Amino acid sequence: MLTIYTDLLCIGAGLAGERAAVEVAGAGFNVICLSLVPARRSHSVAAQGGMQAALGNAAMGEGDSPDVHFADTVKGSDWGCDQEVARLFCDTAPIEMRRLASWGVPWNRVVAGVHTYYKGGKPFEKEERKEKEGLIHARAFGGTAKWRTCYASDGTGHSVLYTMDNRAAQLGVEVHDRVEAISLIHDGGNCLGAVCRCLRTGKLVTYISKATLIATGGFGRIYRASTNAIINDGGGLIAAIETGVVPLGNMEAIQFHPTGIVPTDILVTEGCRGDGGTLLDADEYRFMPDYEPEKAELASRDVVARRMTEHMLKGKGIKSPYGDHLWLDIRHLGEKHIRTKLREVDEICQSFLGIDPVHQLIPVRPTQHYSMGGVRTNKDGAAYGLSGLFGAGEASCWDMHGFNRLGGNSLAETVVAGGIVGGRIAEFLAGCELAIRTSVVRDRQALDEERVKNLVEKSGGSENVYQVREAMFDVLQEVAFIYRNGKDLESGVERLKEILARAKNVRLRSGGVGANPELALAIKLPGMVKLAQCVVYGALKRTESRGSHTREDYPERNDRDWLTRTLATWREGADVPTLDYEPATPSFELPPGDRGYGGGRIIPMDNPPAGPGADKE
Amino acid sequence: MPRNLTFNIFRYNPQDPASVPHMDTFVLGETDSMTLFIALGRIREEQDPSLQFDFCCRAGVCGSCAMVINGRPGLACNTKVKDLPAEITLLPLPFFKLVGDLSVDTGTWFREMYQRVESWVHTERVFDPAQEEERMDNDTANRIYELDRCIECGCCIAACGTARMRKDFLGAAGLNRLARFLIDPRDQRTEREYFELIGNDQGIFGCMGLLACEDVCPKRLPLQDQLGFLRRKMALSVLPWKK
Ligand SMILES: Cc1cc2nc3c(=O)[nH]c(=O)nc-3n(C[C@H](O)[C@H](O)[C@H](O)COP(=O)(O)OP(=O)(O)OC[C@H]3O[C@@H](n4cnc5c(N)ncnc54)[C@H](O)[C@@H]3O)c2cc1C
Repeated sequence: MLTIYTDLLCIGAGLAGERAAVEVAGAGFNVICLSLVPARRSHSVAAQGGMQAALGNAAMGEGDSPDVHFADTVKGSDWGCDQEVARLFCDTAPIEMRRLASWGVPWNRVVAGVHTYYKGGKPFEKEERKEKEGLIHARAFGGTAKWRTCYASDGTGHSVLYTMDNRAAQLGVEVHDRVEAISLIHDGGNCLGAVCRCLRTGKLVTYISKATLIATGGFGRIYRASTNAIINDGGGLIAAIETGVVPLGNMEAIQFHPTGIVPTDILVTEGCRGDGGTLLDADEYRFMPDYEPEKAELASRDVVARRMTEHMLKGKGIKSPYGDHLWLDIRHLGEKHIRTKLREVDEICQSFLGIDPVHQLIPVRPTQHYSMGGVRTNKDGAAYGLSGLFGAGEASCWDMHGFNRLGGNSLAETVVAGGIVGGRIAEFLAGCELAIRTSVVRDRQALDEERVKNLVEKSGGSENVYQVREAMFDVLQEVAFIYRNGKDLESGVERLKEILARAKNVRLRSGGVGANPELALAIKLPGMVKLAQCVVYGALKRTESRGSHTREDYPERNDRDWLTRTLATWREGADVPTLDYEPATPSFELPPGDRGYGGGRIIPMDNPPAGPGADKE
Repeated sequence: MPRNLTFNIFRYNPQDPASVPHMDTFVLGETDSMTLFIALGRIREEQDPSLQFDFCCRAGVCGSCAMVINGRPGLACNTKVKDLPAEITLLPLPFFKLVGDLSVDTGTWFREMYQRVESWVHTERVFDPAQEEERMDNDTANRIYELDRCIECGCCIAACGTARMRKDFLGAAGLNRLARFLIDPRDQRTEREYFELIGNDQGIFGCMGLLACEDVCPKRLPLQDQLGFLRRKMALSVLPWKK
């Protein structure tokens, strides 16, 4: 088997992976990034809206600071986040935006003078200050007290990823694209690299590395309806949980986005509502102010997605062959605004739906969007369980998002965490020498070779890989979507146990030769089902409602018993994960309080930490 | 009455010694709002799980799924079958190395392009985290963004007459990338330095002005304008009285 050595093996070449790679390569180490697709096609490229950072240049961002950003983030997380990490993030984000500017990101800039903007469909005026002209501008996003989201038109992810990959090329970072990591090599205490499958030839390749970073993005594609790219199936998380020693944090914390288009679930940006778009029902009535008088369409995502579902359950949805949906209305923003500031949205409507958003309503419904959970790391990005293993970006649970991340905070996290974790990896690498027992590598290679061989030679097995995946989709859509309850979750756990057994019993219908796509899915399906079980089992055990995790049978946020983070580890031979819990945050800068939106009752902590209560909005 | 669609799809698996290039035919019933993304997914799942093609964002922004659709390079994910006749022929993009069936390796070509045009901001300035960012006019930012919108799908290269004849031609995507840095005030390269990168037949003087690149660009980038702009700039930059 071809074996490649490197200082840092970065599994993932999206924004988090490449930002870390750039930091480590800049410190003089050798870095290889792996990616399923050319780096620039990583899902980061699809982020439209922008990145939050408290620069405070925009008129509507005046008075902003990392402190205000911090409070928004902690409230957004429903107090589920690690507050030390959230603080680190908010303090670093402004510097990172400026750094990106110096590397070439064409951020939109402040234009002095009076401008019209829309809120709730009505026009308002604001005046941008002369002395701020030319500095990085910001737009509004849900759940924030200030306009804080830096943007490059509505291709922020695209522009930043292209800039980052340019920077990586400049520094000589190697990107091995069309390579899929399928397992981690480890000796129970140290991570030594990964076994991978080349998606050009189908051959297995071994990478041996002093440090390994998991930056494989979200795992939304374990759901049928997701805004995620179709490659986002959790490969890095699967490799981590298969070690049996690396825990995944808060897997039940899944975010649903209010506005996926029907039927393809492509996201239209929150920027639409930030700029003044409204949600309408079957009667073309604007219903959100009835539920959320203060923030209306701009309450945090979990709240808006829940209210939309609630409203559709009342029979107010529009019926379609693909199920019920609601309308997003941006017509009043006008042709100029839509064709320039919301151009990608315009294109999506025209190309995929054949409608013109300047004149027509956009069919939308909530859909899976973001995974708050992932490989649990400490604030340096070091994974629990194995030395030399790190995590960053959406694949990780660093954990600044807790049970709900704010729009614009995730793209910002990729670059902020990538920079910080990259710095820590460079420190780890300094003077690090690997001692490898060759049998550890050989045994791992043999296991993976055998898995592949059994599938290709069709020794045993009978299940159709796509049908098994459909069965998994059904369970998640039915029991682990926006509303959850104990009875359904319990049946979901049992169903997934059976589905896991089926996933291990797949028989290929094609030959499995070369870069065969059926084989690729067959290799990872058992792991995907395990991730699904982590979501469902974690959701069953968490008997409260927090952020995006909504239990009909436990509607309160329970700070007395559940101000915790779930840690899921998968022991060999088990059919459900082992769950452990740790405190959500090592310390409280902002003691638990009311978010100011979303409603709901709170069961307080027995001994609340000292300090000022959360300020009510 | 929904149509029955006939797909003629190019097949070849270079990894399989038994495979020879040929066309396969698949028949599929048309459904509402069907795109080639939906159709190809169904063919793989229901008829032939070995069929290779690339989709990633499936939302027209990542550039993965470019292929030749009834004779014309384009993105498969945002091609609605209702805009096509009942007989649909799909071929992989020419020019790029074939991975298998409809999948081609554009990644390697584009990475070489970044090195050739040095696709990054060249500057002596050292980033100072304590300083406010350098100011920029918003119109300039917008103009850079316009040229930054290329999604590296490879359609313009696949459609290019020059690229067909010379494998080392930078193509519209490569030249557009350079134009993006040329108009960026943060990049301190001189016109002379730019000229050294592209002032030859592999670069700006290789373009025959056939316009196919702009025609097929799924992002409708103003590629011909950029080529003209570069050609004028480059011609001027070598005149003796310019520095
Ligand atoms: C449609 C959409 C719009 C969004 N808009 C915004 C926004 O406006 N603002 C915001 O803050 N957030 C937004 N988000 C969220 C944000 O874009 C993502 O969380 C973020 O980009 C993730 O970056 P990443 O680097 O962690 O992962 P990704 O960019 O997904 O990169 C993952 C990388 O890992 C590689 N990979 C995966 N598995 C393997 C494997 N097994 N082996 C090898 N390589 C592998 C992939 O090829 C890829 O290179 C949006 C998300 C979506 C879905």
